[in-house]
Amino acid sequence: MNWAGLYTVLSGVNRHSTAIGRIWLSVIFIFRIMVLVVAAESVWGDEKSAFTCNTQQPGCNSVCYDHFFPISHIRLWALQLILVTTPALLVAMHVAYQQHQEKKLLVLTGHADPKHMEEVKKHKMRISGSLWWTYVCSVVFRLLFEAVFMYIFYMLYPGYQMMRLVKCEAYPCPNTVDCFISRPTEKTIFTVFMLVTSSICIVLNMAELVYLVVRACARRGQHSSNPSSGKGSFYGHKLSSEYKQNEINQLLTEQDGSLKDMLRRNPGLQEKGDRCSAC
Amino acid sequence: MDWGTLQAVLGGVNKHSTSIGKIWLTVLFIFRIMILVVAAERVWGDEQQDFVCNTLQPGCRNVCYDHFFPISHIRLWALQLIFVSTPALLVAMHVAYTRHEKKRRFRNGEKIDIDELKNEKVHIRGPLWWTYTSSIFFRIVFEAVFMYVFYYMYDGYQMPRLVKCNAWPCPNTVDCFVSRPTEKTTFTIFMLAVSGICMMLNLAELCYLVIKICMKEPRKTT
Repeated sequence: MNWAGLYTVLSGVNRHSTAIGRIWLSVIFIFRIMVLVVAAESVWGDEKSAFTCNTQQPGCNSVCYDHFFPISHIRLWALQLILVTTPALLVAMHVAYQQHQEKKLLVLTGHADPKHMEEVKKHKMRISGSLWWTYVCSVVFRLLFEAVFMYIFYMLYPGYQMMRLVKCEAYPCPNTVDCFISRPTEKTIFTVFMLVTSSICIVLNMAELVYLVVRACARRGQHSSNPSSGKGSFYGHKLSSEYKQNEINQLLTEQDGSLKDMLRRNPGLQEKGDRCSAC
Repeated sequence: MDWGTLQAVLGGVNKHSTSIGKIWLTVLFIFRIMILVVAAERVWGDEQQDFVCNTLQPGCRNVCYDHFFPISHIRLWALQLIFVSTPALLVAMHVAYTRHEKKRRFRNGEKIDIDELKNEKVHIRGPLWWTYTSSIFFRIVFEAVFMYVFYYMYDGYQMPRLVKCNAWPCPNTVDCFVSRPTEKTTFTIFMLAVSGICMMLNLAELCYLVIKICMKEPRKTT
């Protein structure tokens, strides 16, 4: 399991995200994970071997390094990226659960042929109802993790700047010893770069949150003014007549309508109405 | 996530590019990314270990290295390649959005040929033309900015053999020797030349797009 494996897992989630969510995922993978792997890891590669102290006292080097760098930037970024990308898996689990429910419904209503089962897997889920809440929670957690890690960075490495020289007096160093850090300017440049991309991701997450809330409230407004939407008749007609080609079917269900919506509009199969549970 | 994944992501964009765009992408992957990975990274691999200063003063070597190489060539090239290849994703997003809109219109009852929708090559016209042109413009800007950054940071494109350093804690002025300066100069010039070629390709593509749209318009009016 490595970054490529994480990319494969999260690309699947991408289908059920909003447009802003997809942009956020691209920024994470290209400007954060990729920069970490191809550039930042080699900058911090020799951080301990090139950490030099002006002393010949054995052990002083190690102790001072450990004192000033309790946890390396690279490891902190790796943890941050893993924690920030993982809430998307909540959404993936919820989508999988909903797809499972739809398949059960198909079996109960006698539409359990392989064609319909495939459609359930392939179509994009609408972000409404309980999925909306799961999605919003995942965005809130992402924001929280980003903010927490930015704070941790600030606490551990004040000002986000890497110093050239640190003065160390930890035992067994005799008196105060000058220790020199390797590549401080390059490290500062990459720290600032990762900080900026982190902030961009926070802004994208906030924008996505606002977008979801506004969309949910707009939908509620639409439903309260027009309770019977005319969408059902088109799907009902399509179900009752034969499908012309598999591709038409695929295209229909790839859109925001779900097969569940189609079946729900058949009489006798009414389930709970489509309401905005968020407002 | 590494260069291979970026190649997979950008490979998809290739379908909607012009011929010059496809050549540009090939040059980018073969003459820049591949050279960076298989050759340049090895040349710069021991840049700090083999940076030797004529002093026993601990810390002097670190400080002098940091003073003369604020950011390594390799990292600058990696950032340059990432920034230069990313505008192509704008085009990919626009194409995906156009397809999504067409499918939505089909679902709402308009007649559209299904086979054409899936396999069609998206024509670069209308709003997509603007997106595509903007992406080329951004590519050119990023290339130029990075070429300038290189020139500014390293006073030209040549790697010196010897640098004289007097940053604290070095006592007085100390001679420091850079490892593999000739090989580094060779690769710097090579990457610069390929960067120049990519810029020319981008400019040519921009001209081609502008001329194509200007030629279409007189035909429409007549």
